[in-house]
Amino acid sequence: MQVPAPFEYARATSVADALELLERHGPEARVLAGGHSLLPMMKLRLARPDWLIDLGDLAELRHLIRDGDWLRVGALTTHADLLASAQVGRLLPIVHDAERVIADPVVRNRGTIGGSLGQADPAEDLSTVCDVLRARVVITGRAGERVIGMEEFHRGPYETACEQHELITEVRFPVRPRSGSAYEKVERRVGDWAVAAAGAALVLADDGTIADASIGLTALGLSGLATDAAAVLLGTHPSEEVFAEAGRLAAAASSPVEDQRGPVDYKRHLAEELTRRVLRSAAERAGAGALTAVQGG
Amino acid sequence: MTAVEHRPANPAATSADRPIGFGRIQRKEDPRFVRGKGRYVDDIVLPGMLHGAILRSPVAHARLVSVDTTEALAHPKVHAVITGRDLEGLNLAWAPTLSADVQAVLATDKVRFQGQEVAFVVAEDRYAARDALELIDVEYEELPPVIDARRALDPGAPVIRDDLAGRTDNHVFDWEAGDAAETDAVFAAAEVVVAQEVVYPRVHPAPMETCGALADYDPVDGTLTLYETTQAPHAHRTLFAMVAGIPEHKIRVISPDIGGGFGNKVGIYPGYILAVVGSIVTGRPVKWMEDRSENLMSTSFARDYIMRGEIAATREGRILAVRTHVLADHGAFNATAQPTKYPAGFFSIFTGSYDLQAAHCAVTGVYTNKAPGGVAYACSFRVTEAVYLVERMVDVLAAELGMDPAELRLRNFIRPEQFPYRNKTGWEYDSGDYEPAMRKALEMAGYDELRREQAEKRARGELMGIGVSFFTETVGAGPRKHMDILGLGMNDGAEVRVHPTGKAVVRLSVQTQGQGHETTFAQILAEELGIPPEDIDVVHGDTDRTPFGLGTYGSRSTPVSGGAVALAARKVRDKARAIAAAMLETRPEDLEWEKGRWYVQGDPSAGRTIAEIALGAHGTVALPEGVDGNLDAEVTYDPPNLTFPFGAYVCVVDVDRGTGKVRVRRFVAVDDCGTRINPMIIEGQVHGGLADGVGMALMEFIGFDEQGNCLGGSFMDYLIPTAMEVPDWETGHTVTPSPHHPIGAKGIGESATVGSPPAVVNAVVDALAPLGVRHMDMPCTPARVWAAMQGRATPPI
Ligand SMILES: Cc1cc2nc3c(=O)[nH]c(=O)nc-3n(C[C@H](O)[C@H](O)[C@H](O)COP(=O)(O)OP(=O)(O)OC[C@H]3O[C@@H](n4cnc5c(N)ncnc54)[C@H](O)[C@@H]3O)c2cc1C
Repeated sequence: MQVPAPFEYARATSVADALELLERHGPEARVLAGGHSLLPMMKLRLARPDWLIDLGDLAELRHLIRDGDWLRVGALTTHADLLASAQVGRLLPIVHDAERVIADPVVRNRGTIGGSLGQADPAEDLSTVCDVLRARVVITGRAGERVIGMEEFHRGPYETACEQHELITEVRFPVRPRSGSAYEKVERRVGDWAVAAAGAALVLADDGTIADASIGLTALGLSGLATDAAAVLLGTHPSEEVFAEAGRLAAAASSPVEDQRGPVDYKRHLAEELTRRVLRSAAERAGAGALTAVQGG
Repeated sequence: MTAVEHRPANPAATSADRPIGFGRIQRKEDPRFVRGKGRYVDDIVLPGMLHGAILRSPVAHARLVSVDTTEALAHPKVHAVITGRDLEGLNLAWAPTLSADVQAVLATDKVRFQGQEVAFVVAEDRYAARDALELIDVEYEELPPVIDARRALDPGAPVIRDDLAGRTDNHVFDWEAGDAAETDAVFAAAEVVVAQEVVYPRVHPAPMETCGALADYDPVDGTLTLYETTQAPHAHRTLFAMVAGIPEHKIRVISPDIGGGFGNKVGIYPGYILAVVGSIVTGRPVKWMEDRSENLMSTSFARDYIMRGEIAATREGRILAVRTHVLADHGAFNATAQPTKYPAGFFSIFTGSYDLQAAHCAVTGVYTNKAPGGVAYACSFRVTEAVYLVERMVDVLAAELGMDPAELRLRNFIRPEQFPYRNKTGWEYDSGDYEPAMRKALEMAGYDELRREQAEKRARGELMGIGVSFFTETVGAGPRKHMDILGLGMNDGAEVRVHPTGKAVVRLSVQTQGQGHETTFAQILAEELGIPPEDIDVVHGDTDRTPFGLGTYGSRSTPVSGGAVALAARKVRDKARAIAAAMLETRPEDLEWEKGRWYVQGDPSAGRTIAEIALGAHGTVALPEGVDGNLDAEVTYDPPNLTFPFGAYVCVVDVDRGTGKVRVRRFVAVDDCGTRINPMIIEGQVHGGLADGVGMALMEFIGFDEQGNCLGGSFMDYLIPTAMEVPDWETGHTVTPSPHHPIGAKGIGESATVGSPPAVVNAVVDALAPLGVRHMDMPCTPARVWAAMQGRATPPI
């Protein structure tokens, strides 16, 4: 049994209470959501908070609400909640694609969207999904709430705009007509973190051309979206040729590092291959007709 | 075919017509496991118990300058801190390994692998023990490590084992088998010769339960009770007596429920010894239970064989000879568990299932700055490596000849009339009938149809592979004149007692880690005596309650202890005959046996059941001369030979051309383990072994960086397969009993682990064949498969 260093524990009763506890216990206090990132790090003694503020009772942060053109997801919504929601599957298919390949059912039952974004691991799938869907994050502090875009939220590996004394309380996804999205990941084994993954979302104009596009990569050393790759798609009809070009540009934008999961050339190859694949399914889901077939993966 | 084949198939198991003897019955031990009532070492709590934790080296090779324990000792919950210096005083700093080397219990001079034991803390609880490790201040003076086994013998390579007098290199042993000159001559004259380096990388058994011990030394009467995760309680007791100087009769080793062993729990780890020392020092029971990373980083690994193979054949596909040179990485201490005369285990079974004219192998063992071990993981003493080599080489040859790999195997099998068959490295294969097993597997797989499907897919550019392997194992060590471990002959005992009411107990020297001994051994006794399995208690895992023997590994329980149980039962049967004759007032020769009962020839109604005889034996029946008043017997079984299970496996994979990801679509396994005692348990053993095999073929691997940092130290890095990576297993069997084993059983524990990796890798290579790939090494991860597709396959080490 791996055992953490000593720590104190408090259970928050409300968002306000959690914020107060954070302030009272100072900079070495950390909030605990599903615990599936934080507890393993504590057991390995890579994280040593003095205080754990458990958010587990905050039912107010566990919701999924359609609100006009937005889908509002409470920070404590679990992977399993997202996967169980038919509405999420219909409106944001990329979320279900990703959730099916995040960890395993045990982890998905407890791990939360707020914890995933809060952890900001470079191989974490939901960050890419949120990037691609241009989600907005609600951060709550003692002074009130602010709503920021992912580009502002993300500050690099394991770093976000959510300060130590603040909470991520909600993630808001825009719901857009004639849109389609998809995610694909290569893993060494079910439940493993990504060797590499890609996500894409497309919005089609009435004439069937691509009106908006976003492409994100996971574990491939790209922060934010692959904007050059998305740019070549705008105004074009979905086709294998233009997706191949976007794939090449996404690969060029990636800067993977070699590790046990694979060498750089392979990962760069995956950036291209997976970008093409997710663009294909995103286009199909957005209602584009059959693509002109091109030989290859 | 034998009588065994004709036993009626027994339906599973809950009804009144459960078989009394062999057949499909549910496992007697499972109710406690499925209800969470198993009792493992870590479940045992003794009054006053303390907890130990080990401080381990963060570096692979360094001189130990100083170990300062002052602050740790000042921790309010710490009772003792033990260092290598302290152990030196007790003459316990070094312990003998199972391979006649020594291993540091706690480092004194140097650390030799990352994760090596440096100090031991005993504290009130596990948390405090762990906290106190951080208070120990160790100064290391780093030395260049030897990580690449290929460089271990370079002149000028750092000498790892300078503790051994006169050591100037990292050489452990050279060993060979077969006739080199004869083999070279066959190669020189052969029409076709193909060579291939085949690497079986370092993997780990990773049992669900990690290793641990709870030592309880009683200073008053000098007895030591030691609860341990061990596959070999008796061997451990004897070795503890030899090492620690505690008299053997004062030591009791208890191995309670064990959560998987796979060879990982054969050796004696420093932690076990430290728990004992901790208990002696503090006068309180001390528990030490390693965590997952400690298990992966410091306990017995498996494999790590770099094999250069060559195979010689005629153009028509007659295989003539195989030869190989192996570089074996043994880590920092030679701690493999092999029979003394076999430093490379039974690797010389690499001649496989084929009738060869010549064969030769040479194995060189080297030290490196990595964790010691090598016994582990359904290893059958290196049969796994041997089978992998020959089965990969046959496929390489098939590719060279442009022949179908199944056909090539069928042409070269040892023929049934050649058994018992003496191979070119000295083994006598007891029995075999290979072609029917192979044909059965091909038929179950629909081999011809699969090849047609493959041709269509290839025409479309899709990658589908079909892999075949055929293995022969040598298991059930072994005859004491050839096989011992540290001088202890590899025999095992069984003790049978039939109680006055006809219920029975059988006591075993072997120890289950999940194999189902409590059921299988009850069934052997049931078969021999006609006592229902549910009326038989199987006792094992406690040296005070069982006879001596070497334990469970290398698929030896049924071949060795199973033989002992059958023979002890037959002694009981003979004794029952004499007592029944006295009860029936007739002569023993006039009695006939039917399962469970002796009766008078020609008068079946006049007879006595085993229960009646048992009551008679313990009662007032006037016993014949020389027969004492019980129905007990004891046997220590010395097998005349090993047994040679075999099997034919077919694996079908699909490879994603764009990502290199392999999916195992189907797996057909036809096994022949001789007499089948409980088909359900056999299938369970096969399923587990196949999952192991898929894991090793596709993902399992313990790598090291250049500094010797272990890259497989957690389940995030060391991947084992889940239900999602394995297909539905399709199993079948043939039955070719062992002619020398009392019930004809050969052992099944490791067959699937041995036979499946080559089937999977052969399938992956077959899938990549259109891209010109002829070989790739395990593990076939997406990245490595993709590299192979680009013509850039590399060995993993
Ligand atoms: C075996 C395993 C496999 C996994 N595989 C994957 C995978 O393939 N892909 C993947 O994406 N993830 C994977 N994960 C991670 C999983 O998704 C985690 O659940 C998730 O990353 C963290 O969510 P959590 O709720 O458990 O967060 P916690 O562990 O509770 O917290 C993580 C961090 O976020 C902070 N935090 C949590 N909630 C908030 C909040 N509301 N506001 C501010 N800060 C907060 C915490 O203080 C902590 O620093 C895996 C985890 C495990 C154990």
